Amino acid sequence: MSALAALIRRDIRIALRVGGGALIGVLFFLTVTVLMPFAVGPDLALLSRLGPAILWLGALLASLLTLDRLFTADHEDGSLDLIVMSRTPLELACAAKALAHWIAAGLPLIIATPVLGLLLNLDGTATLAVAATLLAGTPALTFTGMIGAALAVTLHRGGLLLAVLVLPLSIPVLIFGVAASQAAISGSLPFGTPFSILCALSLASLVIGPFAAAASLRHGLD
Amino acid sequence: MKLTETLTDLANPTRFLALTARILPWLAGVTAVLLAIGIYQSAMAPDDYQQGATVKIMFIHVPNAWLSMFVWGVMSVAALGTLVWRHPLADVAAKAAAPIGAAFTFLALVTGSLWGRPMWGTYWEWDARLTSVLILFLMYLGLMALWRAVEDPSRAARAAAVLTLVGAINIPIIKFSVDWWNTLHQPASVLRMGGSTLDKAFLWPLLVMAIAFSLLFITLHLAAMRNEILRRRVRSLQMMQANRIAFSSDVGTGSREESASKSIGAA
Repeated sequence: MSALAALIRRDIRIALRVGGGALIGVLFFLTVTVLMPFAVGPDLALLSRLGPAILWLGALLASLLTLDRLFTADHEDGSLDLIVMSRTPLELACAAKALAHWIAAGLPLIIATPVLGLLLNLDGTATLAVAATLLAGTPALTFTGMIGAALAVTLHRGGLLLAVLVLPLSIPVLIFGVAASQAAISGSLPFGTPFSILCALSLASLVIGPFAAAASLRHGLD
Repeated sequence: MKLTETLTDLANPTRFLALTARILPWLAGVTAVLLAIGIYQSAMAPDDYQQGATVKIMFIHVPNAWLSMFVWGVMSVAALGTLVWRHPLADVAAKAAAPIGAAFTFLALVTGSLWGRPMWGTYWEWDARLTSVLILFLMYLGLMALWRAVEDPSRAARAAAVLTLVGAINIPIIKFSVDWWNTLHQPASVLRMGGSTLDKAFLWPLLVMAIAFSLLFITLHLAAMRNEILRRRVRSLQMMQANRIAFSSDVGTGSREESASKSIGAA
């Protein structure tokens, strides 16, 4: 347990320090959100309708962007081999790394959501709904993305391939995340149903992700 | 028990090559005959009272759509064979199946599009079934990209096997998408509780076509596996030769056949 806690602490510390790249994700999130009004025009009514979708897409792409660093940095300096060879089960180590990654790179996205919601003319309820769905959904993005990151770490040109492999897997999360946000905003449909499915997707990926990632690390790092 | 024996027997690539060389001409012949019968029956099938002659697109579209899912299922079994049993031919089977499955999926999408235009008034609609099949197509392409991204075939196999099993979650979503999100695409009408809703005149040609397409897949798959095995032998022979040139010492004293099949097997 203490080994896992140490791993989480180490990963968060590395991510938050210079060159760690955790806050780059937020910067990217901001940039994507700012680009949208340029693309669809500054119509505030339209932006508030598209707001949840824009924020979800931005968060999805931002978490994909930072995923590349989940294993590559450790692979480059050799600490990934130590983690694989240590007595801690690799599945738990993978889960710990993904958790640390979510705390360092996922939570800032959720904290940034209200500010970005202002740019897109979202009211309090809508912003709260998007933030809540992101809080429930981003763990699923991180833990399924971890599978792709583990596959890509052994390749020499993993970054591009990671996007191609992970994006199709994240589509269900996107569907239910946006559906729950829209339900909370329009109020015509129940918010609970898509939100529960979103939580279920996160829980399922919490189980599947570490095992699949550990399997591909074990097989990939010969 | 018999099946496992056969499977271990086929683990020897040389034996596999010999067996498929005998089987393939027959398989191809039966496939061609069945396809001819199926196409004839499809052409002779009556027009639908609502859809007119366009209903005949079904006889091409539905087998393609079934196979697009079936091939991923075959790859998932092969992935288990790679990860769990380390079966030497499992990764060959998985790698050979991916492009064929992608082709079936692409054809299902295209024929569906052509059918959708007169029936629904649009080539493309973001309905649950269409969207999930499109995702399946993207996943096939991603898988093929992963196969090509790794130099060593056996390492590529394990990475691809993990991704195949994760992607297998998509298959039930496709199967039930028409029931969960009731949109344009019709729900199941052939394999359903309480028997098929299709009329006999349409059901027979459809079944013949489905069997013909399945045999077509098996034929193409076995042929592609043969090519893959031969490709790997060429690769390992090239590497041996490169080693010989590089170190100009005797690398292996075994026969070509042995060393090549070793490199195909456990890495």
